[in-house]
Amino acid sequence: MTYASWSKDEALLVLSQTRDKPGPVLISLQAIQSVFGFVPTPAVALIAEACNVSRAEVHGVLTFYSDLRTFLLPANHVRVCVAEACQAVGSRELVSGLKSQGVEFDKAFCFGNCALGPSATVNGKLQGRASVDSVVKAIQG
Amino acid sequence: MKTYTVYVPSDSASRSVGADDVANRIEFEALKRKLHVVLIRNGTRGALWLEPLVEVETALGRVAYGPVSLFDVPSLFDSHFYSGGDHRLSLGPTDEIEWLASQDRVTFARVGITDPLSIQDFEAHGGLVGLRKAISMKDNEVIDELTASGLRGRGGAGFPAGIKWRTVLQTESEKKYICCNADEGDSGTFADRILMEGDPFTLLEGMTIAGLTVGADEGVIYVRSEYPDAIRTLERAIVIARNYGWLGKNVLSSGRAFDIRIRSGAGSYVCGEETAMLESIEGKRGVVRSKPPLPAIEGLFGKPTVINNVLTLASVPMILADGASEYQRRGVGRSLGTQVFQLAGNVARGGIVEVAFGATLGALVEGYGGGTRTGRPMKAVQIGGPLGAYLPTTMFDISMDYESLLSAGGMLGHGGIVIFDETADMVDQARFAMEFCAEESCGKCTPCRLGSTRGAELLTLISQGKDVDGNKKVLLDLCEVMTDGSLCAMGGLTPLPVKSAMLHFESDFSSKNGELR
Repeated sequence: MTYASWSKDEALLVLSQTRDKPGPVLISLQAIQSVFGFVPTPAVALIAEACNVSRAEVHGVLTFYSDLRTFLLPANHVRVCVAEACQAVGSRELVSGLKSQGVEFDKAFCFGNCALGPSATVNGKLQGRASVDSVVKAIQG
Repeated sequence: MKTYTVYVPSDSASRSVGADDVANRIEFEALKRKLHVVLIRNGTRGALWLEPLVEVETALGRVAYGPVSLFDVPSLFDSHFYSGGDHRLSLGPTDEIEWLASQDRVTFARVGITDPLSIQDFEAHGGLVGLRKAISMKDNEVIDELTASGLRGRGGAGFPAGIKWRTVLQTESEKKYICCNADEGDSGTFADRILMEGDPFTLLEGMTIAGLTVGADEGVIYVRSEYPDAIRTLERAIVIARNYGWLGKNVLSSGRAFDIRIRSGAGSYVCGEETAMLESIEGKRGVVRSKPPLPAIEGLFGKPTVINNVLTLASVPMILADGASEYQRRGVGRSLGTQVFQLAGNVARGGIVEVAFGATLGALVEGYGGGTRTGRPMKAVQIGGPLGAYLPTTMFDISMDYESLLSAGGMLGHGGIVIFDETADMVDQARFAMEFCAEESCGKCTPCRLGSTRGAELLTLISQGKDVDGNKKVLLDLCEVMTDGSLCAMGGLTPLPVKSAMLHFESDFSSKNGELR
């Protein structure tokens, strides 16, 4: 996934599309992240101004939701489901296996693929009955 | 040239095990063999253990093959599967697969059968009948019908849908909303996703009926961001419905307006709690609100709001089309109609099982589920998501309905059943319940915010064999505080999996005694 590098003009253009929507702060943060890959620090003040709320309020929303980030993701982003249904079919082993292979990943709670676990995503693509091999293979493309 | 119709599901579970590869390979082989194959990407039939399930249209109806891998496709063509030829993956006519045929599909009647984005297909299979009927009825009559059907909220709380709608109808306001809660965060549940991906128009129809009935002109579907395919499918379905003259200023020429938009969540479990969801739709932190006021009176942006789960709203069209009596003749006691159960976790035959309320737990997990996937003996099932109770196999004769589960110390929740084999350590499972709550608590009330962290610490000590009896006593005390003192179900029900694990799997806890690690 390629993202635009930070530009205030670009950010203002994005916010011109979201600022008038009902409840605009979260939508604005999501829109900024979809363009730049994360929420750059200067965007917080711009969103606050566009939505007519305080910067603290924007910061509060930004830090509440686990999807919203203040940094760019690695080139290969792996997420592993660690919720109950996947635990029942070996997600703990998958997690420790990936760790021992030095694969970096984020933990996730449920992709709604609970009958075909353990589930993982590599760059957004969902895998059912995932294994260390299938994840590594997807990373290598 | 003869045309063959082949179905390959496009839902994300099927795709997670290679449905896209199978579909591509079928198109490639058809081209190579100069056959005219029309490929339809339907929703899943719900038999997820058979996915990717390939179906073909024959003179005798649809015939199924599965589970099909990419590498099976050439041999399927060799055996002329496109006209129903025999193959080692043949499952016979889809309608005669016992696992599917024995179900009672009402809400899921069309899922897997139609092309999810074909409104013609939708109408050919009974779509829009409920909405057209609702338009011809008075608002109170629609709600009477809904109340008579006995439909209760499928999100987990089980509140009668008719009462909720009537409250919104009777509350005076120039603006009202319909909010569909599609923040299906419970592990072990996926029915909302499969419905949204497999039959999105049914949900839109249910919401439109709700809107016209209570006098709301705007609907919002709050979908969790972990469901990108569902969001895409719904967005397309909404555009199609607008172009059709269904959604918009003049719903099916009724002179009344209703439109729907999608809001994507941002990775927060607690936003599935209805008031936290409202906050999130308003663009704020997903912090739970105190009730009262009820959302039916002061909901989204302070306006009267119907908040229903996907399955609740998707059940409404059928109830209106076929009549309340047809729906409420199913079920037991005060749990009427059908429940869409979801078999998940360590299960041999996992997927969607829609049957009337009152089926036994054993019939579901052993009958449909076929035991564990690993083949080891079952140890426990968790019903109703991360906030649901762990029950032992000795309770398999329990009737699956709201009241029976409640009196057995559990809850139905959203109908998800997660199966564990004998290798599960129930102390670990109890600790995870607390850790999950600590991670996902909105932080507004203390019992949930702090209690969950303390609970996880206590369970760590227990798992290390440190003062097991003493720490269990403190843990039970803590559970009582969380149950009684939390603002919403997140903190209030987290003790349920913990206490049920302690009650039914006592030996997992006491065996830690003296096992100082």
